[in-house]
Amino acid sequence: MSTPRSVLVAGASAAGLSTVESLRRRGYDGAVTVLGAETHLPYDRPPLSKQVLAGKWDVDQARLRPASALSALDVEFVLGDAATGLDAVTRTVRTAAGRELVADAVVVATGVRPRTLPGQDDVTGIHVLRSLEDALALRADLLTSSRLVVVGEGVLGAEIAATAAGMGLAVTMVGPQPTPMAAQVGPLAGGLLAELHAGAGVELRLGTGVRGFTSCRHRVAGVCLDTGEVLPADVVVVAVGASPVTGWLEGSGLTLDNGVVCDSRCRAAAGVYAVGDVARWYHEGLGTSMRLENRTNATEQADAVAATILGEDRAYTPVPYYWTDQFDVKLQVHGLIHADAEVTVVDGDVAAGRFVARYQRDGRTTGVLGWNMPKQTRLRRQEVVDALTEPVPA
Amino acid sequence: MKVSIDQEKCCAAGTCVTIAPDVFDQRDEDGIVVLLLSEPPADLRETVREAASVCPAMAIHLSEDA
Repeated sequence: MSTPRSVLVAGASAAGLSTVESLRRRGYDGAVTVLGAETHLPYDRPPLSKQVLAGKWDVDQARLRPASALSALDVEFVLGDAATGLDAVTRTVRTAAGRELVADAVVVATGVRPRTLPGQDDVTGIHVLRSLEDALALRADLLTSSRLVVVGEGVLGAEIAATAAGMGLAVTMVGPQPTPMAAQVGPLAGGLLAELHAGAGVELRLGTGVRGFTSCRHRVAGVCLDTGEVLPADVVVVAVGASPVTGWLEGSGLTLDNGVVCDSRCRAAAGVYAVGDVARWYHEGLGTSMRLENRTNATEQADAVAATILGEDRAYTPVPYYWTDQFDVKLQVHGLIHADAEVTVVDGDVAAGRFVARYQRDGRTTGVLGWNMPKQTRLRRQEVVDALTEPVPA
Repeated sequence: MKVSIDQEKCCAAGTCVTIAPDVFDQRDEDGIVVLLLSEPPADLRETVREAASVCPAMAIHLSEDA
């Protein structure tokens, strides 16, 4: 396929903006349009649950790029208008405001939206956290509240609990897993996270789900657990995962299955690509289709998509990577940590609060986890790369 | 090309070091970025552009005309 004369990116967050930056860095000089549902210029989401929620950064510090860098990209930003439909054959995107945008290449970068629980929209004081508005609304509520219940013990829930505890609130974290982030980090680091949170005063109610909410004058008053316990709360955050924003692609001709299904080059159809949280692509190194909701993937996949758009024929085979900062701990994971992995501490000391752990399955390193040792952890990333590129023994 | 880094924004992923190890390093104690060359020579500039572009905290700033 020849180089497209125009590119339209639906989604103005990290993945969408990074796609444009990579196109320009690779020398693309065609017309580029970025369509964003939010009214803001592109901003970064990881700080929302940490620096922005804590009030340490103002809104401008969460901007992905300064205005001067954005204008240097020579891109038309159409903001405050959501994509509502796509015709994949003519590569036409329709928008909420009635626009019809056509381009030679369309990149789907519409991300995910938070899942919610039944009944949470009926009362005030129950929050989700995805957008800048969400973060500012939650912060405003935290500043006038004393008891927070975080429903969700994943990465986002654990970060919010840590930030709110640091702001002086009495925090309880609830979720079905045995430890915070158990599915992501396994029992060793999960147990340490539980100790970290408990030591900082966060009440843990783990191994239990949530049945509903109590309210008083339309304001949330408590969270009802499956155990029968009712946790009093004057503010609640629901952080129980997110779903790909693909409703607007129904009937588009694209295959949708927990994300936009793509080939190993992040192509969803001829001239249509997907990038970031919304994209489910085939990872040739891991031999499986996957969708990654993390910040690093947004940028790395964006570069792969830009390369594919410009005619390169290269599979996208990243080592998945994410980090989280909770209290004084920087936790970083390169690769994957399987539930049945064999874990070995290969650097530092768990008792000293600084270590690197290696996770292996069938003798192959699938992941490395660092606890307050970012550099030493990265230096072992190559072991994951090597295992990814070795042929699987027959 | 002039490179500057924002250690406050840096998330210690080390992506820049993986891409451009002659220009960036990380502090041993906390992984925060350290700049080795603020004016990289011509043969390193493309990898520096790539590092700045893929930094997950967007903590690397370049001024091309300096």
